[in-house]
Amino acid sequence: MTTTDPDEPMTTEAPPPVAPSEAPSPPKAGPRALAWQRRRRSAARFWQRYRTHRAGVFGLSALALFALIALTAPLTVGSDVQSVTNAPGRPMESPSAEFPLGTDQFGRSLLGLVVWGSRVSLLVGLLAAVLSVAIGALIGITAGHFRGWYATVMMRITDWFLVMPTLVLAIALATVMSRSLGTIILAIGVTTWPTTARLVRAQTLGVESRPYIERARALGGGHWHVMSRHVLPNVMPLVLAQTTLIISSAILAEATLAFLGLGDPTVVSWGGLLQDAREAGAVSAGKWWYLVPPGIAIAVVALAFTLCGRAVESVLNPKLGVTR
Amino acid sequence: MTAEATPPLVGKTDGRAPAGPSVRGPRVRTTAGYPRYVAGKLGGAAVSLLAVLVTSFFLFRLIPGDPVKFMTGGRQVSAEQLAAYRREFGLDLPMWEQFTDYCGKALTGDLGTSYQFRAPVIDKITEALPNTLLLTGTSFVIYTALGIFLGTRAAWRNGRIGDRLNTGLALTLYSIPSFWLGLLLIIVFAVGIGPIPGLFPTGGMESGDEQGFAYVLDVAHHLVLPVVTLVAVEYGQTLLVTRSALLDEMGSDYLTTARAKGLRDDLVRRRHAVPNALLPTMTLIFINLGRTVAGVILVETVFSWPGLGGLFYQALSVPDLPLVQGLFFVFAAAVIVMNTLADLIYPLLDPRVGR
Repeated sequence: MTTTDPDEPMTTEAPPPVAPSEAPSPPKAGPRALAWQRRRRSAARFWQRYRTHRAGVFGLSALALFALIALTAPLTVGSDVQSVTNAPGRPMESPSAEFPLGTDQFGRSLLGLVVWGSRVSLLVGLLAAVLSVAIGALIGITAGHFRGWYATVMMRITDWFLVMPTLVLAIALATVMSRSLGTIILAIGVTTWPTTARLVRAQTLGVESRPYIERARALGGGHWHVMSRHVLPNVMPLVLAQTTLIISSAILAEATLAFLGLGDPTVVSWGGLLQDAREAGAVSAGKWWYLVPPGIAIAVVALAFTLCGRAVESVLNPKLGVTR
Repeated sequence: MTAEATPPLVGKTDGRAPAGPSVRGPRVRTTAGYPRYVAGKLGGAAVSLLAVLVTSFFLFRLIPGDPVKFMTGGRQVSAEQLAAYRREFGLDLPMWEQFTDYCGKALTGDLGTSYQFRAPVIDKITEALPNTLLLTGTSFVIYTALGIFLGTRAAWRNGRIGDRLNTGLALTLYSIPSFWLGLLLIIVFAVGIGPIPGLFPTGGMESGDEQGFAYVLDVAHHLVLPVVTLVAVEYGQTLLVTRSALLDEMGSDYLTTARAKGLRDDLVRRRHAVPNALLPTMTLIFINLGRTVAGVILVETVFSWPGLGGLFYQALSVPDLPLVQGLFFVFAAAVIVMNTLADLIYPLLDPRVGR
């Protein structure tokens, strides 16, 4: 899997900041403007390399499509699509011109439900991944920066979380807390951070061993300055790639928890739809059209995030040998 | 490359930091010797198991409200009955007494009494364990073999159409929720769709009236769909790990040497590249067992397989806390034990990791 070599500089990473006195800057271009130019250039370079990964571009377009569907859902289907009381169709109708994907056991349009469900599934996936990566980056950077007992304790905890079966822990957490979206986000977030913490810590150690950090310290830069100004920008590309990959597993985890009946019963999500289908007896009745669309939606979005994440990873670290 | 690819053990910050998301291969000090290494690993595993035990106790005490309310399921119960329930499950004792009680009992194999079945948790677990081992063992052997075989092919033909198809399919299957795949397989192959009749049973482990060899065949018949589901969702991980491990080896000089002395391509791969690439792969395969536990829970739920996963689902829906707690401990312990085994076997397989 990912093997980042700390001696191999990341490709999008900027060179160490140049002090104004060393580089005679042209008039009007202060260090800030220079930094922005540099960032724009490396972003352009990143995009150029990313474009050559066909799978990554495919993933990105699929994500754009789903994001569009989720954002425009209030206009296209509206929130009354999930209302059980005045459902437009009869229960369990097969796909027809009026209901392209059929109806559920309450007579609600499945197409509408799948479109509406994308909002919850994407939102939970995103927030859980952001929470997970934030915890992981925080612990990784601090454990890499402050050596000694703090790092030892933190890495022990990380190791312990790493050997725990993630889903079992998430299920246990979701069981003991109340049924809500917040619970699901928290359960996924606090169980999936350890891989990020390990990766970020390794990268932090690599960055901190470089001479320019010593220089920053010698000039009086404190812990906060070194971590936020020097380490964080350097681990950011890694953190981004990691976020993309974790969103995909977070979406799968959300669907799984919802399927096991641990989700918020008042909102529609793809995993929840599958649970409804199973409880309504769609499986034994052979009503495949009830089950197929939510599952495909989950799979496509999870795959799209995985493809994007792998493309980002291989742009940042060409040694990985991910094929284009 | 093996020794360098493993991240430093906890607390050893040596500046150079080899990274890996979950590559926690063992690092043996050449001077220490194997017995000391084993002792260290076993000690670490014991600490982890203890930590799991402690967590399993406190995690399930986080629950807001009274556990007795869950037991009675909202029925009208008199105060005396509630008190009786509390005494029966030891919930009237102070927290620290409950805790020492729990740890002491757990060490003797007593994990409490299930609210739901009114039976010792440990009995329910030992009852279900063989079924889970049958399902997981069969799938594990198949998906590992398949993953290594296809991963080797994919890496050897890196970038060609076969590799792309292989890797693409593995990634796609990896993104599919296992329970959904299971449900679809039930509809297509067990319930039957259109002209296809139902070929396999929809769930369970046995039809109930078979004896002797017919019974074995019957169980095997029930085993097909769950195993197919598990293999489909799990082999991708092994494939990708094998593939990247082999790609790391591909540029090595010894392979060029092997080719230069005139070995056939096939032999170079089989005798030289694959054995070396399999070493890091093995550690990861064992670490990924944690993922397999998740897959097993879902697949057993979907196929009503009478194993630990199915039991976990039943316990969750109540929620039957002692049972959830016991199963949580068993699942975590299984992963820890497997990881420790991998750590112990590893230096025996790789002579470069000194003994």
